Amino acid sequence: MDLLTIIQILDSSIRLATPLIFAALAGLFSERAGIFDIGLEGKMLVSAFLAAAVASTSGSVWVGLLAGVFASLLFSGIHGVASITFRGNQLISGVAINFLAAGMTVLVAQSWFAQGGRTPSLSGASRFDPIILPFANELTRIPLIGPIYSELISGHTILVYIAILAVPSAWWLLFKTTFGLRLRAVGENPEALDTAGVSVIKTRYVAILICGILCGLSGAYLSTGLSAGFVKDMSAGRGYIALAALIFAKWRPWYILTACILFGLLEAISNRYQNIEILEITLPVQFMQTLPYLLTVIILAGFIGKAVPPKAGGQPYTKER
Amino acid sequence: MTQTQPIIELDSIYKSFGSVRANKNISLKINSGTIHGIVGENGAGKSTLMSILYGFYKADKGTIKISDQKVLIADSQSAIAHGIGMVFQHFKLVENFTVLENIVLGAENGNLIAPSLKSARETLKNLATEYELNVDPDSLIENISVGMQQRVEILKALYRKAKILILDEPTGVLTPAEAEHLFRILKNLKNEGKTIILITHKLKEIMSVTDTVSVMRQGEMTATVKTVDTNPEQLAELMVGRKVLLQIEKKAPIIGSSALYCRNLNYTDEKGVHRLKDINFNVSQGEILGIAGVAGNGQSELLEVLAGIKKAEGEITVNSNNISLNSRTSNPLTRRHLGVSHVPEDRQKLGLVMDFYAWENMALGYHYKDQYRSNKFFMDNTQLKLETEQRIKNFDIRPNDGDLAAKSFSGGNQQKIVLAREIEQNPNILIVGQPTRGVDIGAIEFIHRRIIQLRDAGKAVILVSVELDEILSLSDRILVMFDGKIMGEKIAATTDERELGLLMAGIG
Repeated sequence: MDLLTIIQILDSSIRLATPLIFAALAGLFSERAGIFDIGLEGKMLVSAFLAAAVASTSGSVWVGLLAGVFASLLFSGIHGVASITFRGNQLISGVAINFLAAGMTVLVAQSWFAQGGRTPSLSGASRFDPIILPFANELTRIPLIGPIYSELISGHTILVYIAILAVPSAWWLLFKTTFGLRLRAVGENPEALDTAGVSVIKTRYVAILICGILCGLSGAYLSTGLSAGFVKDMSAGRGYIALAALIFAKWRPWYILTACILFGLLEAISNRYQNIEILEITLPVQFMQTLPYLLTVIILAGFIGKAVPPKAGGQPYTKER
Repeated sequence: MTQTQPIIELDSIYKSFGSVRANKNISLKINSGTIHGIVGENGAGKSTLMSILYGFYKADKGTIKISDQKVLIADSQSAIAHGIGMVFQHFKLVENFTVLENIVLGAENGNLIAPSLKSARETLKNLATEYELNVDPDSLIENISVGMQQRVEILKALYRKAKILILDEPTGVLTPAEAEHLFRILKNLKNEGKTIILITHKLKEIMSVTDTVSVMRQGEMTATVKTVDTNPEQLAELMVGRKVLLQIEKKAPIIGSSALYCRNLNYTDEKGVHRLKDINFNVSQGEILGIAGVAGNGQSELLEVLAGIKKAEGEITVNSNNISLNSRTSNPLTRRHLGVSHVPEDRQKLGLVMDFYAWENMALGYHYKDQYRSNKFFMDNTQLKLETEQRIKNFDIRPNDGDLAAKSFSGGNQQKIVLAREIEQNPNILIVGQPTRGVDIGAIEFIHRRIIQLRDAGKAVILVSVELDEILSLSDRILVMFDGKIMGEKIAATTDERELGLLMAGIG
C-alpha cells in the first residue's frame, strides 16, 4: 500500500466522518441536557431531502442548506414539545420521528419530482464544491507534506471544515461558558437548576435547538456535499452510528471526533476494497460493509469500558408529586 | 438581638394537589432575626408551605408579604431575589460538579464560567471564616460527605445573599456531632441578623434551637408558640391531635438461647468496595439488638446479607443451622424456612409491589404456602382476603380496605402492611430496617409497641435504624457500625447519645 492510497483512504474517512461528527455533536447537546435523542437519523433524513429538493429547485445550495436546517429544526421541535412540554417518552418520540422521516421524504419526493422517491441529481451551484486551499496545487510535489496538504487537508467542501471546527466550539460552549454549565447541570440534576432559579424548560429547548441545527447540517451535507441529490433512506443508519459514537466517546466532544473518524475509516476501507485478504483468508465485501454496524452493536452492547450517561437522561422533568 | 419586626407574613395560603388539600388557610408571621421551627407529621403540609415560599409551587390563594411588602413569588428566581434561600431535605446538587460550580450555578456573572468561579472562590473564603462553613471548593460533590454537601447548600443560599434561610429536615442524615455543628452555624447566622426557618419532626431539636415554634396538622396551622412556653409532650399532642407516649415502656428482657450468630462476615459490592469487614455478633431469643450508625456505613448491606438477598463471605448460624453465606442455598426463601423474617429498609422498593392490592402484598414471599393455595395451580384469594381483613384490624391499618393498591396507603400504613405480613408469620427472628422512616408519630408508637411485644414473646429482633432515639429506646444491646466495621457494643440502659455519637463518627 503506497502513501497515496493511505492518504486517499484517510481523505475519504474524513468526508465520511463529517455527517457523523455533526450528528454526534447534535446528540451530545441533546443528551447532555437530559433529552435522549434516538431521532438523529430521522432529522438527518428530512434535512437531506429538503436540502436537496430546495437546492435543485432554487439552484442555490445555500438556500438548500437553510431549508435542510429548517426541516431538522422542525422535527427537533416536535421531539422537544413531546418530551419537554408534554413529558412524553423520549424513545418513543424519537422512533416516531424516524418513521415519519423515512416515509414522508420518499412520499413528498415522489409527488414533487416523480423520479421514484429521489430528487433530481444536483450539479453546479446547487451542490457544495470542494474548496482548494491556497498553494494546494503548488505544494503537491513536496514529498510527504505535499500530498498530505493538497489531498488530505485541502479539497473538502466547506461543511467538512465547519464540522471539524464544530468540535472545539462545542467543547468551549459546554465547558467554558455559563450556558454550558447550566446545560450540563440540567442533564445531571434538573432540580438543582430549577431551585437555583434557572428555567429547566428553556435550557432544554435551547439544547434541542442546537441539536436540530447540527442534525440539519449533517443531513444537508449527505445530499449536497457527500452525494449529489437525495435518494430513499440515504442516511443509512448514520444517525444510530452517531449515537454509538457518542456513547463510545462518553459524551465528550474530543472523543467524538476520534470515534467518528474511526467509523469513517471503517466505511472508507470497505468502500475502497471489495475483498480483503488477510493471511490467505478472503474477507468478502459484505463483511467489510458490515464492519461499521458491527462495531456499533459492540459499542451499544457496552463492551467498550463503562460509559456513564448524564444522570437525568431520558426522564421528563416534573416537580415532586 | 431578637427583633419583633415580622420579616415574613403569610396570609390565608391555600394549596391543593388534585383532591388533596395540602395547605388550608395558613397564616403565619415570622419575626426577623429569629429561628422559627415548624413541626408536624409527614404530610401535614410543612414542606408544601415552604416550597410555596420558595417559589417551587404556586399557592392557589393567599398573599405573602416580605418586610411589609406584598410580593408575588412565581418561581425560585424571584424567591432568591427577595432574599430567601432554601436547603431541601434531598439536596439539589449536581453530583459530578465541583463545590464551586454548584455554588455559582444559576448565579453566574457573565457568559463565561471562569470569572464567576474566581469571584465565588473569594466570597466562599469569607463565608467560611465567618460562619465555620469550611468546604474544599474544588472537591466533587459525589466525593464529599452528606454533612459537607449540606454546607454547600447553605453556602449556595448565602452566596445568593439570602436573609431568610429555610432548612427542611436538615439533621436526618447527620451524625450527632455534625448536627451540633449545624446548630452552631445556625446560631451564628441568627446573630448576624438572618432569619431561619427550621422544619423538623425532631422535637428535641425544636426545643434546643428555636425561638418560636409553629405546629401543623393535616394542612392547617394549629398553633404558634414561644419555645420557652412549651414542652415536647404538648407539641406532640398538637401535632397528632391526641396524647402520645413519647417514652416507650418496656420490661427487662428475658434472654434465651442464641438465635442468630454470625462469624467473619465480609462483603464486597459490585464496584469493589469492601462494605462489611469481619462482622461478628450474636443475638439471642428475647432480645432486641440495635444496630446504629450514620446511613451508608454498611448497615444496609448487613441487613441484606442477613436476609439472604446478597451473597457474602462468612457464616451464620440460625437456630443451630449453619449457613454458608455464599452457597447456592443462601437466599431469602431458605431464610424464611428457618424462621427469619425481614422488614426491608426501603419498603417501596423491596417490601411491597406498589401497584398490587394490599391483600396481594400480604402474601408476597409466602405465597407458596399451602394455606394460600386452593390447589397446585391456583391461589386461594378468598382465604387471602379474609386473612388480610384480620390483619388490617390487628395492625390498625388505615384506610381499612384490603382492595386498595399499596401505593394508596400513607407511608406509615404501608409499613404496617409489611410488618403485618412478616410478624404474622410468627418468625423466630425479625430483621427490621428503618421501621419508622417516614412514618407519623402516632404510627411510630404502634410499630414500636409491636416490636417490643415480639421480643417479650421470646423472639429475637435485629433492628437497624439511623434514628438514635429509636435505637436507644427500643434496643437491649447496641452495636455501632462505622465504615463497614463494628466500632463497639454498648448496653442500651447504660449508654447515651454522646457515647454512641462518638462511635458513629469512628472515634473510640
